[in-house]
Amino acid sequence: MIDNIPLNAFLVISTLMFFIGIYGFLTRRNLITMLMSIELILNSVNINFVVFNKFLYPNLLHGHFFSLIVIAVAASEAAVAIAIIINIYRNFKSIDVDNLDQMKL
Amino acid sequence: MSLIDILTMRNELLLTILAMVLLIIDLNLNHAQKSRMIPISIGLFLVVTLIGFIPQPDKTLFGGMYHTNGLVQLMKNILNIGVLIILFQSVGWLRNPANNSKISEYFFLLVTTLIGMNFMISSGDFLMLYLGLELATIPVAALAAFTHFNTKSSEAGIKLLLSSALSSGILLYGISMIYGSTGSIYFDTIGAAYANVPLQVLAFIFFFTGMAFKISLVPFHLWTADVYEGAPINVTSYLSVISKGAAAFILIIVMFTVFKTLAPAYKNMIYLVAVLTMTIGNLFAMRQKNMKRFLAFSSIAQAGFILLGILGTNKMGMTSVVYFVLVYIFSNLGAFGVVAAISAKTGKEHMDDYDGLYLTNPKLSLLMMLSMFSLAGIPPVAGFFGKMFLFMSAASNGYYWLVFIAVLNATISLYYYLLVVKAMFINKNEQPIATFQSDGYTKIGLMLCALGIFILGFASQVYEFINGLTFGI
Repeated sequence: MIDNIPLNAFLVISTLMFFIGIYGFLTRRNLITMLMSIELILNSVNINFVVFNKFLYPNLLHGHFFSLIVIAVAASEAAVAIAIIINIYRNFKSIDVDNLDQMKL
Repeated sequence: MSLIDILTMRNELLLTILAMVLLIIDLNLNHAQKSRMIPISIGLFLVVTLIGFIPQPDKTLFGGMYHTNGLVQLMKNILNIGVLIILFQSVGWLRNPANNSKISEYFFLLVTTLIGMNFMISSGDFLMLYLGLELATIPVAALAAFTHFNTKSSEAGIKLLLSSALSSGILLYGISMIYGSTGSIYFDTIGAAYANVPLQVLAFIFFFTGMAFKISLVPFHLWTADVYEGAPINVTSYLSVISKGAAAFILIIVMFTVFKTLAPAYKNMIYLVAVLTMTIGNLFAMRQKNMKRFLAFSSIAQAGFILLGILGTNKMGMTSVVYFVLVYIFSNLGAFGVVAAISAKTGKEHMDDYDGLYLTNPKLSLLMMLSMFSLAGIPPVAGFFGKMFLFMSAASNGYYWLVFIAVLNATISLYYYLLVVKAMFINKNEQPIATFQSDGYTKIGLMLCALGIFILGFASQVYEFINGLTFGI
């Protein structure tokens, strides 16, 4: 079934996801939403790897392994980020980035 | 590959064992005994550093994922020496009652990031590079948020973590394009297959952007100042010296091996980034009054000079980058060591507090002056030669205007480095920082920096030794 979908369709989706992630990261003011944007970016990368592997190099496995490892690293990154966000919530009683302006030029 | 070959990874293995041992020792200490961790950790790390100097043959492991040779080993040793100095310098801060219960966490996280950097420098494919990069970044974010009751510290932690996560996302997107267009993630295969195809140039731009975030080159430097100011001072010195040095090492290796066929395409881009980084870093450094922020912007400007060596694209370029990072480690750690010693004793970090420091603490002032001269590049201290070799390598490739701009910037930087010297030696102050004695560890750390700055300025053998290991395009 998947063979009927052209490679370009997947690449368009992953490119859209990547730039939606960048846009969300730059415009959203909530730390959790910014973290979600980063997950979007990483998942677009995963789609790229898996699709390139499936369509262009079907007898190699590098792309699949790479995306597995990206998923694992993203989880650990989220764990540390959420720990720091909880700490910020305790200090500021909010997780809005607009409060994080203790240091200015 | 036989099982004994795994000992090729001795640096990483030893550091992993060290991290585990530190955790186990910590389990057996009660709250009052925690300060025993300091001599234990520093002693064990010293052993690891010394073992790193034993020569070993070049080898490749895991089908090309991991490789080591004389140059890689030298880079690891340079980083080890830097971390050792930071460990010595952070003792004064760790003995602070607020941090006493977390001493072993500090050492554990620091060693973990160093493992990541070692894997990153030794990597032979993009998977290992990415894993090493993440292992080198995530624990540093935890370190930056180390003093959890301090709002500035947690702010620095989340800023570092989010911007580095974004940068590794961009880097990964570039790697996925490289994989799509060449079908491999191994440096050797990609280097042979890479060409001036538009997709591959675009992939390189994404990759370079990700790395530029880590080295804080100019369009991507905005996280630097806030993170450096908010993080505890020893973590700041770690970020600005070790993290940046490791990223510069792997960047120049990748540029000279994987992307070597792309050199005509990326020249102009790096030219522009180098000019912007030097100029903007310098202009912002001039108006900083907080010492940590000041050193942050000065380190951005120094990163711009590293790009000159990369643009040199010859053997001399790589030698000068490695030499520059070695010199930069000693001179910047000297400056950070003095700031850390004063901050641990008095809590003062403002430049005006340094007025009249020479009258009360002459030795610290002299070391600070030496570091500032070295960062600015005044002969005969080591910083002068570091900059001169970078300029020579760029000039040997015909970039005369770039070298001219770099020399102008070096002159501008002299202004703000001398502001600190002027504050310490000339400015009058009613209430200068009182005379104090640092602990023995901090003194050793500061003396190592002073020795490094002097010895590297006079011993040309060091440069010759590095030159015997490096390679050009």
